[in-house]
Amino acid sequence: MCPECDARVAVDDGVERGEVVTCPECSAELEVVGLDPPRFVLAPPEEVDWGE
Amino acid sequence: MLIGLLCSRLRVEEKLLRDALVHRGVDVEIVDDRGLTLTLTHPTRRWDAVLERSISQTRGLAVTRVLESWGIPTVNRHAVAATCASKLDTSAALAGAGVPTPATAIAFTPEAALRAAEDLGYPVVVKPVTGSWGRLLGRINDRDAAEALFEHKALLGGPEHSVFYLQRHVDKPGRDIRVFVVGDEVICAIYRESEHWVTNTARGAITRDCPVDATLRRLSLDAAAAVGGGVLAIDVLENGDRLVVSEVNATMEFKNSIDVTGVDIPGRVADHVREIARGAPVAVGG
Repeated sequence: MCPECDARVAVDDGVERGEVVTCPECSAELEVVGLDPPRFVLAPPEEVDWGE
Repeated sequence: MLIGLLCSRLRVEEKLLRDALVHRGVDVEIVDDRGLTLTLTHPTRRWDAVLERSISQTRGLAVTRVLESWGIPTVNRHAVAATCASKLDTSAALAGAGVPTPATAIAFTPEAALRAAEDLGYPVVVKPVTGSWGRLLGRINDRDAAEALFEHKALLGGPEHSVFYLQRHVDKPGRDIRVFVVGDEVICAIYRESEHWVTNTARGAITRDCPVDATLRRLSLDAAAAVGGGVLAIDVLENGDRLVVSEVNATMEFKNSIDVTGVDIPGRVADHVREIARGAPVAVGG
């Protein structure tokens, strides 16, 4: 479930902890923190030192 | 062989790099920088090398500094990543090595920045000294805009706005070139095309294969050598019939460049990391 809007979030079979997915309902970025069943937290927002 | 893959989140690039290393028979440990503690006086030689892929430049630099003090090779080396993390350091390294780069000036007050902009000639581009993904870039077309932007930066305060970093704008042909360098080789290059003057893929630019001729190859290897070498993405601008290097990136993204170039970028990086873990010296130049 999306922690922001409670929508059910489906993920691909190969999803892994630490990946970021987008909630199909509210477009929140969610970090995968658990599998089977998938669990999510809101992904940290972009910070000024992020990049390449 | 155990390689640490330092990251903050598992993006497509990190998964591809991990898979490429595993495919080569290398054990990989995903190291989440958010949970990491490193006690400087208690070195742990856990990894044969660490591939630094932190999304946070601050964390990546901190970790590689400590690991190198423990004798653990990192890709990229701390000094290289530190140079690339600062546009000022990068510009100074390029200029010092005689690599063509856009005319660049720094200043510390709005008044001095205005003089620098007038000396460079409009339009000029203002960039944060540290930053990526095209964030906070500003193109200033005239004195009125310069006065407004410099006043805003001064009022915002903070270290990120305390240095005015200005470059003469290059009127590029709707695209720039990103060249991928691994060790002493140019492995491929892409055009990044956009109708916007900012041509970062993070800002929506599309990618297309760019043939690498001898001039582009030489320029890219010289730029890589200027910052110390390693796994690098060199951003090149076409300025008429001249090429100039605008930036060098030490933690490059490449997911949009594999299909268009047909080059196994993660595989080439994995080969390089494995060589570094075996104790090979960092090849620079070529």
